[in-house]
Amino acid sequence: MPQNADYVLDHFDLFRQPEYREMLANKKKNFENSVAETELQRVVEWTKTWEYREKNFAREALTVNPAKACQPLGAVFAGVGFEGTIPFVHGSQGCVAYYRSHFSRHFKEPSSCVSSSMTEDAAVFGGLNNMIDGLANTYNLYKPRMISVSTTCMAEVIGDDLNAFIKTAKDKGSVPMAYDVPFAHTPAFVGSHITGYDNVLKGIFEHFWGGKSGTTEKLERVPNESINFIGGFDPYTVGNLREIKRIFDMMGFEYTIIADNSDVWDTPTDGTFRMFDGGTTIEQMEAAVNAKATISMQEYCTEKTLKYIETEWNQTCVYFNHPVGVKATDEFLLKVSEITGKPVPDQIRLERGRLVDALADSSAHIHGKKFGIYGDPDLCLGLAAFILECGGEPTHILSTNGTPKWAEKVQELLDSSPFGANCHVYPLRDLWHMRSLLFTEPVDFFIGNTYGKYLERDTGTPLIRIGFPIFDRHHHHRYPVWGYQGGLNCLVWILDRIFEEIDKNTIVPAYSDFSYDIIR
Amino acid sequence: MSLSAPETIEEIKQRNKELIEETLKAYPEKSKKNRAKHLNQFNTGAKDCSTKSNIKSVPGVMTIRGCAYAGSKGVVWGPIKDMIHISHGPVGCGQYSWAARRNYYIGTTGVDTFVTMQFTSDFQEKDIVFGGDKKLAKIMDEIMEIFPLNHGVTVQSECPIGLIGDDIEAVSKQKSKEYGGKTIVPVRCEGFRGVSQSLGHHIANDSIRDWVFDKMEGKPATFEQSAYDVAIIGDYNIGGDAWSSRILLEEMGLRVVAQWSGDGTIAELEATPKAKLNVLHCYRSMNYISRHMEEKYGVPWVEYNFFGPSKIAESLRTIASHFDDKIKEGAERVIEKYRALSDAVIEKYRPRLHGRKVMLFVGGLRPRHVIGAYEDLGMEVVGTGYEFGHNDDYQRTTHYVKDGTLIYDDVTGFEFEKFVEKIQPDLVGSGIKEKYVFQKMGVPFRQMHSWDYSGPYHGYDGFAIFARDMDMAINSPIWGLTKAPF
Repeated sequence: MPQNADYVLDHFDLFRQPEYREMLANKKKNFENSVAETELQRVVEWTKTWEYREKNFAREALTVNPAKACQPLGAVFAGVGFEGTIPFVHGSQGCVAYYRSHFSRHFKEPSSCVSSSMTEDAAVFGGLNNMIDGLANTYNLYKPRMISVSTTCMAEVIGDDLNAFIKTAKDKGSVPMAYDVPFAHTPAFVGSHITGYDNVLKGIFEHFWGGKSGTTEKLERVPNESINFIGGFDPYTVGNLREIKRIFDMMGFEYTIIADNSDVWDTPTDGTFRMFDGGTTIEQMEAAVNAKATISMQEYCTEKTLKYIETEWNQTCVYFNHPVGVKATDEFLLKVSEITGKPVPDQIRLERGRLVDALADSSAHIHGKKFGIYGDPDLCLGLAAFILECGGEPTHILSTNGTPKWAEKVQELLDSSPFGANCHVYPLRDLWHMRSLLFTEPVDFFIGNTYGKYLERDTGTPLIRIGFPIFDRHHHHRYPVWGYQGGLNCLVWILDRIFEEIDKNTIVPAYSDFSYDIIR
Repeated sequence: MSLSAPETIEEIKQRNKELIEETLKAYPEKSKKNRAKHLNQFNTGAKDCSTKSNIKSVPGVMTIRGCAYAGSKGVVWGPIKDMIHISHGPVGCGQYSWAARRNYYIGTTGVDTFVTMQFTSDFQEKDIVFGGDKKLAKIMDEIMEIFPLNHGVTVQSECPIGLIGDDIEAVSKQKSKEYGGKTIVPVRCEGFRGVSQSLGHHIANDSIRDWVFDKMEGKPATFEQSAYDVAIIGDYNIGGDAWSSRILLEEMGLRVVAQWSGDGTIAELEATPKAKLNVLHCYRSMNYISRHMEEKYGVPWVEYNFFGPSKIAESLRTIASHFDDKIKEGAERVIEKYRALSDAVIEKYRPRLHGRKVMLFVGGLRPRHVIGAYEDLGMEVVGTGYEFGHNDDYQRTTHYVKDGTLIYDDVTGFEFEKFVEKIQPDLVGSGIKEKYVFQKMGVPFRQMHSWDYSGPYHGYDGFAIFARDMDMAINSPIWGLTKAPF
């Protein structure tokens, strides 16, 4: 009997004990109809080949281990960024259980969101009654300042009209007539979570600036010196938005962070549960129309939103691609400085120097190393640029929700550096494609989300966890990756993994431990 | 610490009554009436918990429930390790449920086993407009090419499939024929069906009946049969639960021919109608197929509970009662063998946990099944409820709960928060969506779906981990830090 009250064996030790090993071997032998070991090994080896890679890349219909989620997830991400706001997802209720779990597993925080709980009768007759009852219940129970409505694929397939439904619900008294219920259609079968973020954000802008679905006058824009800032669907939103505020405060200008979810996903444990915390206020949102410019940190998360702001409101719009590192931060700050007319303060100049100092100290460990990178389109661009400036060599850059047009942009970046010469870009591909890439054209390290650990297991390539979601490491989202300070965090995460790997490869006594150095 | 613990049972019942009334006040009239039927308390002697269950959730209240897809793909089918389960529809459902349920298994993932992978048809607008059957057929071809060692495929329908009129049954039949009779199972578990995960369990059970069993009709057993063959039904091997259960059944002399469905295979599903007895842990999710096997193949079934030494011993004896003296002696031998371990666990942890109050809100069998394990440690469950239970679950609950236990069916975020605030339990056991809410409030918490990434909790080996985990949650020094000294 392996278990012991004094030293309790956890699953990882318990099931390796001889009793369990024997039991599981017998199960396999007698009941599982398992594949013969030689055949299994033959196929294992075959999946590592170029032949397999070609078959794998010839897939047209099947997606295996994608690195993207659906629109409604991004809808919720944007919705919780406003003061006192509950995202209300119109459609089947299971979806909302999934989004809440997904965010809680990444942020280690509560994630409040409601569903209109549509079932079979709603599939036949439409979900109007669910909207009417649902809005009334959410309003009365949770007393939100605003309810941000989006949809699941169910509501989209049956064609529910949010604008009409919300109007009817207001007529029926679910919420007061003047109560803010911005909405956006977010079909799961179009785009990905970053599209949903974009749609909901645009919906909220349209609501507050464009006359609240015809119920009030459109705002009149009186340009001022303020700027608006949008982070996009960002796994590091908590750390990043706080870092941006610190930088902007130092520079000393008026700004509004739009969809600021940095507080609601980082509340204290002090005896009180805060369903709402922080967030962009309605007053800020309305005043934001007067800003002279809007800056988006993630182009592909805000394509429609920026177009709306630019074409309908004549604001200057600039966008970046999740900027990480020295050059990307330089460009970002220069642009901010240009727009605001405020110089970059000496304190930030110092921080820049410190990041360059850190790179000078450590880049020898990154220089010439080959990297695979996968993730959302903007993050891939930001990370690739950083690896290039460290002297690393991006080799595979893959994005499930990156388009061929995105790939062209990545190629331009690669062309700008000699370190990008041997890299290929893979839009619309998944992690099973990445598996073939790592087997047939191995790299030293790869950067991705938690699900990359399966690739590390299969191919032996060490994973550096930067992306979304990160479920199996804690609290990294509380650190910024933007700004020079953020670049330093990114550098440290990459270096930590590189050093761990060198140690792991040199730890055998009397064989490799001459290189198990105390100083690196 | 329990701050507001009333002394007598009358006081408790009065408090519960007032608490429910007070909580309901926040709802608009229609929803108040609805929710009132789901909230009550247990009165000794009652035949159930006097609550309504298994009816539609109220919109907009933050139900904790999931959907039929979650019940089929996430619970019943997903753990069958040598089959490929296609999340058929848009990308999200498969993405959010990808490897999240900790159904442990042994295998070479991606080659002969596939549980922790996400296979999806990733529906695009054109698939909605023109239908997804052709894409599904092509997906089957690609699976056979790229994952040649798979032992079958299931099609787990997401919401759009049933709405756009796809014929996944026809595609499945056609492809099964093309691939030499390979098991291909279409499952109509669209998320809008039913009111929770529960209907998904039922639909998945029925799909095993129709697409696995019926194919086996009249074929001889593929394994050597014995008089002691049993199948474990309704154990999803979360953190290895089915393994720490199986070992006990084997030690008492039984032969486990199948695990449903944690670490299970299609061969094991096919073998089950030849078993002598089905032992059923999660009644809610697999009673349907157990009843079917009893009616059609004459395999009796018996419920058991492997949480905590009291219930384990009781269950081993109940299971043994279906067999001869050799097995009955075996049960006694197993109980005796593990007595020292259980006693040591209780001796170590009971003093640290005695008298502590627990509130639960879980799915399946756990809102009742784990009560015995807490009681073995001297703890008391003062409130419990089911995410997707039916009345037969609440009837079974009467065997476990004490007079005055607060009962909440399909609890809403609002209600659960109010109840915990008032009752101030020493521990809440629920899911990931609830975990951080209560921890922020300063209430110790354990996830009772995923075992908070620990486990197993089943069996004697699991009980040691369970006791250690509950102690770790309640007696963590961090709970003394939540109030700033300034």
